[in-house]
Amino acid sequence: MYTEKVMDHFSNPRNVGEIENASGVGEVGNASCGDIMRISLQVEDDVIQDVKFKTFGCGAAIATSSMVTELAIGKTIDEALILTNQAVAEALDGLPAAKMHCSNLAADALHEAIKNYKEQNH
Amino acid sequence: MKKIYMDNNATTAVKPEVLEAMLPYFCEQFGNPSSVHWAGQMVGGAIEKARGQVAKLLNCASAEVIFLSCGSEGDNYAIKGTAEALKGKGNHIITTAVEHPAVLETCEALEKDGFAVTYLKVDQDGMLDLAELEAAITDKTILISVMWANNETGNIFPIEKIGEIAKKYKVRFHTDAVQAAGKIPVDVRKANVDMAVISGHKIGAPKGVGAMYLRRGTRISRFMHGGHQERNRRAGTHNVPGIVGLGVACESALQNMEKDYAYVRNLRDKLEKGILSSIPEVKLNGHPDADLRLPNTLNVSFDYIEGESLLLFFDMIGIAASSGSACTSGSLEPSHVMGAMGVDIVLAHSSTRFSLGSDNTEEEIDFILQELPAIVQRLREMSPLYKREGPTPLSCDDCRMVHRAYA
Repeated sequence: MYTEKVMDHFSNPRNVGEIENASGVGEVGNASCGDIMRISLQVEDDVIQDVKFKTFGCGAAIATSSMVTELAIGKTIDEALILTNQAVAEALDGLPAAKMHCSNLAADALHEAIKNYKEQNH
Repeated sequence: MKKIYMDNNATTAVKPEVLEAMLPYFCEQFGNPSSVHWAGQMVGGAIEKARGQVAKLLNCASAEVIFLSCGSEGDNYAIKGTAEALKGKGNHIITTAVEHPAVLETCEALEKDGFAVTYLKVDQDGMLDLAELEAAITDKTILISVMWANNETGNIFPIEKIGEIAKKYKVRFHTDAVQAAGKIPVDVRKANVDMAVISGHKIGAPKGVGAMYLRRGTRISRFMHGGHQERNRRAGTHNVPGIVGLGVACESALQNMEKDYAYVRNLRDKLEKGILSSIPEVKLNGHPDADLRLPNTLNVSFDYIEGESLLLFFDMIGIAASSGSACTSGSLEPSHVMGAMGVDIVLAHSSTRFSLGSDNTEEEIDFILQELPAIVQRLREMSPLYKREGPTPLSCDDCRMVHRAYA
């Protein structure tokens, strides 16, 4: 059902946790549909230095969260804002069709965190 | 890697004695039992032998057993066949909110055809209020359909008491006995049941065969039209090897019932006690009195984590179990059984079912109890709900992004 990359990110998720005194925090999803993703960022000079995630959800939810942290680290916030859920899924060599909507929200969580950072800093 | 199978309520392995009995009916005794010639005659006796074996497990007459393709077919036949046959008498059906989809969706389809259906609620332990059932009966009620045991929680319903109520009001009574048959005594006469459905692959026979008990004299409309098989009750060439297998599986289940009950229950109880005592914040789903649950079923929710993730971690170390989370139920909602029991939404997504069989061993239980706490803790550390200070976002209204994605 899942690609090797999904299973790799699911079984060895990167950057799990929460950054203390984060520059921005974003959370999307809800308990009803079974997926909640929380992303915290450390930003310096508009460049993302560190990203951590916490996710309640299925294998796809955890794998996309892990992947989005890898994709975002080192990017400027403008670059990170054009990162899409679709791109995250592609970086994982795809997701099952049923998972594309409900569990593929990691880029949205990242964008929420960036928005939160911008609100605090501008 | 050692493989541990604890999903026997989903399906079981075919028992060796079942397979052995089936094998001659593929290449050697391949005839169609409806044929008059030697090839057909060779297999006719096998069907009748199997009918007797099924009848013995259910304590009914052989002539009251109809072979079908699966449990879902039986539930469809019993409910739609009754609705059609008795529509001149009334249009009301009583069932429960925790039935298998084969019953629930059949009832929902009938609602579109003008039937009225009462879905009885269950309490937080997943049990029915029989006074509520009795109060729901009207002069238009033509059918009561209540499962013998629930597939998710293992809860055993008071079928004999429901049978008494059905008899008192002269209402037909159907039971989906797919999970109960072979695990606990299913005596259709004693319980005053009119129709009971069983499925082969839940009791060590192959997939693709089932049976229905239809009490003698019960008027029912034909469901499968065609040939004259099964006394004109169910058309379609007999699945001879499957039927032979079902017969042997029923005989084997009856012979070993007491022994298997004690063995499996002992393992299940050990797993249950072990999980509840070694992992904090775990909820048992189902009746707390283990006597009121199937001996093989344990359903628990590990708070803060989602069921599919847990199943994937189990799978990596060879453990096969199942979950009531939305991801595994194939819909956007978690299990309807957890919903009917009023289980908290996060706990419903985390509900996990272990359903044991007589092939499981104590070493397997020990292995699970040894591995489980670390897996649960790892997923909890990953969860934004664990040790959370703020409120949990519960619905789509709390989630702007989902709103937008679906807009």
